[in-house]
Amino acid sequence: MGKTIAEKILSVKAGKDVLPGEIIVAKVDLALVQDGTGPLTVEVFDKFGFKKVKPSKSVLFIDHAAPSPRKELSNAHNILRDFSKRTDAMVSDVGEGVSHQIMAERYVKPGDLLVGADSHTCTGGALGAFSTGMGSTDLALAFGLGKVWLKVPETFLFNLKGKLPKGVYSKDIILHIIGKIGADGATYKAMEFTGEVLNQLTQEARLTISNMAVEAGAKVGLIPTDETTREYLKMRGREEDFSEIKADPDAKYEKVFDIDVSSLEPVVSFPHTVDNTRTIKEAEGIKVDQVFLGSCTNGRIEDLRIAASILKGKKKNKDLRLIIVPASKEVYLQALKEGLLEIFVEAGGTVMAPGCGPCVGVHEGVLGDGEKVLSTQNRNFLGRMGNPKGEIYLASPATAAATAIEGVITDPRKYLG
Amino acid sequence: MEIKGKVFVFGDDVNTDEIIPARYLYTHDPEELAKYCMEDARPGFGKREDIRGGIIVAGENFGCGSSREHAPISIKAAGISCVIAKSFARIFLRNCINIGLPIIEIKDISGFKEEDIVRVDFNEGIMENEKTGKKYEFKSYPDFMKEIILSGGWINYAKNLVKGEKDG
Repeated sequence: MGKTIAEKILSVKAGKDVLPGEIIVAKVDLALVQDGTGPLTVEVFDKFGFKKVKPSKSVLFIDHAAPSPRKELSNAHNILRDFSKRTDAMVSDVGEGVSHQIMAERYVKPGDLLVGADSHTCTGGALGAFSTGMGSTDLALAFGLGKVWLKVPETFLFNLKGKLPKGVYSKDIILHIIGKIGADGATYKAMEFTGEVLNQLTQEARLTISNMAVEAGAKVGLIPTDETTREYLKMRGREEDFSEIKADPDAKYEKVFDIDVSSLEPVVSFPHTVDNTRTIKEAEGIKVDQVFLGSCTNGRIEDLRIAASILKGKKKNKDLRLIIVPASKEVYLQALKEGLLEIFVEAGGTVMAPGCGPCVGVHEGVLGDGEKVLSTQNRNFLGRMGNPKGEIYLASPATAAATAIEGVITDPRKYLG
Repeated sequence: MEIKGKVFVFGDDVNTDEIIPARYLYTHDPEELAKYCMEDARPGFGKREDIRGGIIVAGENFGCGSSREHAPISIKAAGISCVIAKSFARIFLRNCINIGLPIIEIKDISGFKEEDIVRVDFNEGIMENEKTGKKYEFKSYPDFMKEIILSGGWINYAKNLVKGEKDG
């Protein structure tokens, strides 16, 4: 019987043919924790008496509160640094960037099993890796044993058809899908994406789609690999990491969704759930106090280029703050070379250190009472950005840039000529 | 195993940011996390004395969002004995099993009121709302997960795995 991408990868990692619903113990290639979840992983790892980490690449990311805003978190960071020294785990410290972006740039490859104590670990699915989030205890065991238990998920296939209109991006596609199926529309399932639209999406844009699979409850968001994937790896000196990953033609899917993108318009998620989506027309005119461009969802070079093309030579609205956070050091340096950071700063924005930025509300950019933000991140839950009295709207980098200029949520297409 | 407790009702899509906001994640000390349990869903909840031994009854997709294990830890440390919901988000479910917080998935639950009294019989797979007299059946965990729970969590279960590896 034909296999989906999820079933193929898990069969290899379990060392046997697996079927959906089956519970397996699988070999882990890469494992990550971050500064929020990592200290608990260290505690469990030590309790267990493990000495060294097993997966070939185990990485501790200091990205959620980097640089640290308070002494307790500084001490938490030191727990990770000390752990790195004694266990062979690598540490990715302040200034390097957000875990999922660095994993994509440097480590994850098609066919890998990547587990992370961060729900957006599903980002790696865009490179054809089975990449999924878990808790701290799971990661302690993954570090120590090089193994995890998993239930093989059934797969939902999303067939992306048509031609992506101007001003509409992969962020709009995935917000549209989550709005359609709901925040629990794919709980426990693997999402797999296919169709002609993939050819219109760069690797960066694909990472945005996989990144948000968990916002529909999914375990993983898989995209088949192709020449675009190969080129992405090659540009980073990793061409040998490429392999072709795709589903069998006779693979069995629990559900198939046809998504025609040709008629899509820019999408905005309203507070306080990601699936609370509207078209840009319904959002236009809402006044915002802050715009955040960045995160593991939309802090890549392509995102910064799109925003800079709109902001070039313009000024942000005087009544809002514009915060830009490149997702990684690589993105930061590239944006610097291309003059994008200059455009942002000239426009009145502030560029912060690579990392998670204001997304999770533990440091920079916390909202005031009653304030609204338009953000390119993946989550708009109540209190997410540090204040339960704030409101978060989610949209693409283009919508963010247009909104920054006007001070109210704005259709980016008017700036795209 | 049987538990009985007072019900605290929550809605759909209660996410981990509401269960334990990231601004309190400067620690993973259970007692400290307990104070802020459900803080953004119901401010002050974790500091109430009367929630000890209580049972949370919620709607769909309980525990969605972040992977933070601090969420079920805060619920457990606050003294909540069990969470019953129409459905659970995947990572949250894993975390509950790993840390040993009993959770029950019952699709058809409705009509629960704050402070109803509920009795749960895990052996029989029956939950009863003693206020209304209505009984609900639930499926027990798959064998693999039961083994994990019976071992006292994934750590102990995995210890046996490790032992097996060292022996073999």
